[in-house]
Amino acid sequence: MNKVLRTLILVMLVALVLLFIYLPVAWLVISSISTRAELLSTPIHWIPQQPTLQNYLNIFFPSQGVSEVARTFRITLWNSFVVASSVTAITLVVGSLAAYALIRLRLPFSQTMLIGIMGTRMIPEISLVIPLYIFASRLRLLNTPTILIITYLSFALPFAIWLMAAFFDTIPIELEDAARVDGCSRLQTLARIILPISAPGLVSTGLFVFLTAWDEFFFALIFTSTVAAKTVPVAIAEFTGRYVVDVGSMMTGGVLAAIPPVLFSLIFQRYIVSGLTAGAVKG
Amino acid sequence: MVRKLTLRQHDALIGFFLILPSLIIILGISLQPILSTLYFSLFEASRGINAPQTFIGLGNYVTLLTDAVFWAAIGRTLYFTLVSVGLELVLGLAIAQLIHTRPPGWRFLRTSLIIPWAVPTIVNGTMWRWIYNADYGALNGLLLQLGLINKYIPWLTKPELAMNLVILADIWHSVPFIALILQAALATLPADLEEAAAVDGANALQRFLLIRLPLLRPAILVALVIRTVEAFRVFDIIYVITNGGPAFSTVTISYLTYLETFSFGHIGRGSALSFLISLFTLVMAFVYIRILYRPEEKL
Repeated sequence: MNKVLRTLILVMLVALVLLFIYLPVAWLVISSISTRAELLSTPIHWIPQQPTLQNYLNIFFPSQGVSEVARTFRITLWNSFVVASSVTAITLVVGSLAAYALIRLRLPFSQTMLIGIMGTRMIPEISLVIPLYIFASRLRLLNTPTILIITYLSFALPFAIWLMAAFFDTIPIELEDAARVDGCSRLQTLARIILPISAPGLVSTGLFVFLTAWDEFFFALIFTSTVAAKTVPVAIAEFTGRYVVDVGSMMTGGVLAAIPPVLFSLIFQRYIVSGLTAGAVKG
Repeated sequence: MVRKLTLRQHDALIGFFLILPSLIIILGISLQPILSTLYFSLFEASRGINAPQTFIGLGNYVTLLTDAVFWAAIGRTLYFTLVSVGLELVLGLAIAQLIHTRPPGWRFLRTSLIIPWAVPTIVNGTMWRWIYNADYGALNGLLLQLGLINKYIPWLTKPELAMNLVILADIWHSVPFIALILQAALATLPADLEEAAAVDGANALQRFLLIRLPLLRPAILVALVIRTVEAFRVFDIIYVITNGGPAFSTVTISYLTYLETFSFGHIGRGSALSFLISLFTLVMAFVYIRILYRPEEKL
C-alpha cells in the first residue's frame, strides 16, 4: 500500500511538471490557430471553435492587407537560417582546428590561451556593441547578414573552441601515436583519425552554436532595421510593439521560430545532454 | 643549408597556424571592442556616436556610482538574479531528483524538459506577455474560472508584480537547463555510498543532505555560475515582456545601459555601464574557470 501511495505521489509530481511545461506551449499553439474574434473573447475559448490556419497562410502566402511584419516574416526566417548556419559552419572549422592545437600540440601558453578564450566567452554583448557598431557603419555593413555573422562569432567561437577542446581531450592519445607510427603526419592524423571520432562532438557543438545564433536578439536588434538582414527574434519583437489585434500573427511567428530549435533539440537529444555535461560539468 | 625542425618545433609551427584564425577573430571582435569600450567610457560623449567628445577620466564612473538610478537598477538586477536563479536551482534539483527516482513517465518528462529550453528567448517572452495580457490573457481567464480572482487584473501595469512575472517566464525557460545538467550528474553518482549509509541507519533526508548533495556540488556550482552570469545581464526577456516598465520597475543594469546608449545617446556613460557589467562578468568567469578548470585534471 505504501509503495502504491509513493508511486501515486510521484506520478502526480510528474504530471504537475508536465503541465507547467506544456500549458504555455499549448496556449501558444492554440492562439496561433484561433480566429481574432475567439482570441479576444471573454470567457476565454480554450479550445477554438473554428480553428484556422489563416495566420500560417498569411505568413507563407501573403496577400494584400496582411500586416508588414507578417508579410515579411518568411524573409526573416530565411535570414535567421543563413546567419545561424554560416556561424555554425565557420565556428566548427575554425574552432575545432584551434581546439585541437590547444589540446594536442605542445604550444607555449596553450593553457593560458584556453583560459583567455573562456574569459572572452563571458564578455556580454552589450560591452562590445558600440565599437562593433562604429566598425559596421564605417565598413557599410549595417543591416547586412554579414555583420551578424561576424559579430555572432564573438560568442560562438570561444564557446565552440571550449566544447571541442573538451571532446578532443577525451580521445585517447594512443590512437594518434599509433597513426603517427604508421607514418601519418599531424594533419593527416587530424583529418583521418581525430575528425571521424569527434563526429559526436562536432554535432553537439554545431547544435549548440546553431541554437545560440538562432536565439540571438541583441546584436540583431541593434545592427538590423530592414528585411535585408532582420532575423526572426527581431521580427517577433516588432509584433509585440503593435496592437493586440496582431496576436494571432505574433503567436504564429512564435510557433514558426520555435519549430527548428525544438525539432533539432529533440532529434539530437542525446547530444544535448552529453554536450551540457561535457561543456558545463566537465570533470 | 636548411636546418631540420625538431618534432616539437614542427608541432608548434602547425599549432600556430591552426590557432591563428581563431586568435585573429577573437582579438578583432572581442578584445579590441572591449578595450574600445573602456576607452569610450573615459569620455564625456552624450550626443551620439559622432558628436565631439571630451576626456573626463573616471568622471562617468563617479557620476554612475553616485546616481540613485544606477543603484536602483543594480538592486533590481540583484533581485532578479537571486530570486530567479535561487528558485531555478531548487526546482531544477527537485525535478532532477524526481527523474532519478524513475517514476512512470520519467523518460517522457526528461524529453519534455528540452522543449522550454529550446524555445527561443524572444518567443518565450512573447508567449508570456500574451498569457499575462490584462484583457484577454490566459492567466486572468484561468484564475477567474478557478474562482481565485473575481475580476481581470492588469498584471503588467503593477510595478510590484511586473518583475516577478518576468522571473516566472525566466524560470519556465531555465529550470529545464538546470534539471537536465543535474539529472545527468545524478546518474553518474556511485550508489554504494548511499547504500552503505542506509545500512548504517541514515534516513533518506540525511542521505540526501550529507551524501548526495556534496557529491553534486561541482555540477550545482557550474549550473549556478552559468545561470548567474546570464541572469545578471538579462535583457531580451525584459525588452519583450515589459520594455522596462511599468514606472522603470523592470529596468535592470543591461536595460539601463541600453537606454543610456541607444535611447539617450549617452555613449560615454553607456560605455562605463557596460564596462562595469563586463567587470562583474569577468569576476564571475574567473570563479567559473576556477571551478571548472583544475590543473591536475588537465582541462
